[in-house]
Amino acid sequence: MKDIIDPLKIGNKSFSSRLMLGTGKYRTSKDAVKSITTSECEIITVAIRRLPTNINQDNINFLKSLNWNKLWLLPNTAGSQTAEDAIRMAFLGHELACQLGQEDNFFVKLEVISDPKYLLPDPIGTLKAAEFLVKKGFTVLPYINADPMLALHLEDLGCATVMPLGSPIGSGQGLNNLSNLQIIIENANVPVVIDAGIGSPSEATLAMELGADAVLLNTAVAQSKNPEQMAKAMHLGVKAGRLGYLAGRMEKKYYATPSSPLNLISK
Amino acid sequence: MKNAKSFFLNGEKFFTSKTINLLDVITYFNYSSSLLVLEYNNFICSRENWTTIYINDQDRLEIVTIVGGG
Repeated sequence: MKDIIDPLKIGNKSFSSRLMLGTGKYRTSKDAVKSITTSECEIITVAIRRLPTNINQDNINFLKSLNWNKLWLLPNTAGSQTAEDAIRMAFLGHELACQLGQEDNFFVKLEVISDPKYLLPDPIGTLKAAEFLVKKGFTVLPYINADPMLALHLEDLGCATVMPLGSPIGSGQGLNNLSNLQIIIENANVPVVIDAGIGSPSEATLAMELGADAVLLNTAVAQSKNPEQMAKAMHLGVKAGRLGYLAGRMEKKYYATPSSPLNLISK
Repeated sequence: MKNAKSFFLNGEKFFTSKTINLLDVITYFNYSSSLLVLEYNNFICSRENWTTIYINDQDRLEIVTIVGGG
């Protein structure tokens, strides 16, 4: 097995891509498949829903046709309003992962949202569900507001990552709470995945430059004018941000320092 | 209808007078080749058990799959 350079470690798995992609809101399933492939992401999130009685749906079939030897399923408990809902969905998600041949996949993106306008995650429900699911052996990736204390609690409970939002889901507002995100990154001993609200490649790059371990985005690609191109841009943006972070940026100064020598100026 | 049983599938009510098992239900709705998980009265029920569990009156089935989202 090839050694991964600068691996992203979540639970007991290692990934080479620090870009996670959601699979919703694409105009066509062709867009979705091309975007996922071009982005070079490995982790993709899906929602869990009832099978409709008329099942010739593009929306469902395209997921089955993806390469599940290369991709890692991250079932989302989206739609859950309470801890109990989310817990049930997590178990369903694992079963679905098994159907795709990923019997060792107990990953769950824990989303407990009862707010229909801003889709803000409920911290109490999230904490309750996280505690239960961690005890049951799940690798829990909780979606939260950028609350540094909540992030610490979830890490203490045994969550595999924390996933603070940049701004509301689907809003494309970018990173609205830089100082809280920085505090979370500073304090965390688990990977920090900035999830929600990223709208452009520079915003993804900024997230990585802050020191985030990964980003998760969906609408930014799915609802762009050219999703496949945007997926490529996001792939490059995340790589640039990560490299820039590891390289260590220059010091910011309030005054200027010349780039050219001050002496031997010919007059 | 003699021996009529009603059961719920994904919240919708269905009736049958036949003796049917979970595999029969899956087949009837053309779900056989779908990626799915079946929950029978709140218990996840794997494929191996579909032929051994028969529908009783008021049973609740949930059949879910993965869809774009997340």
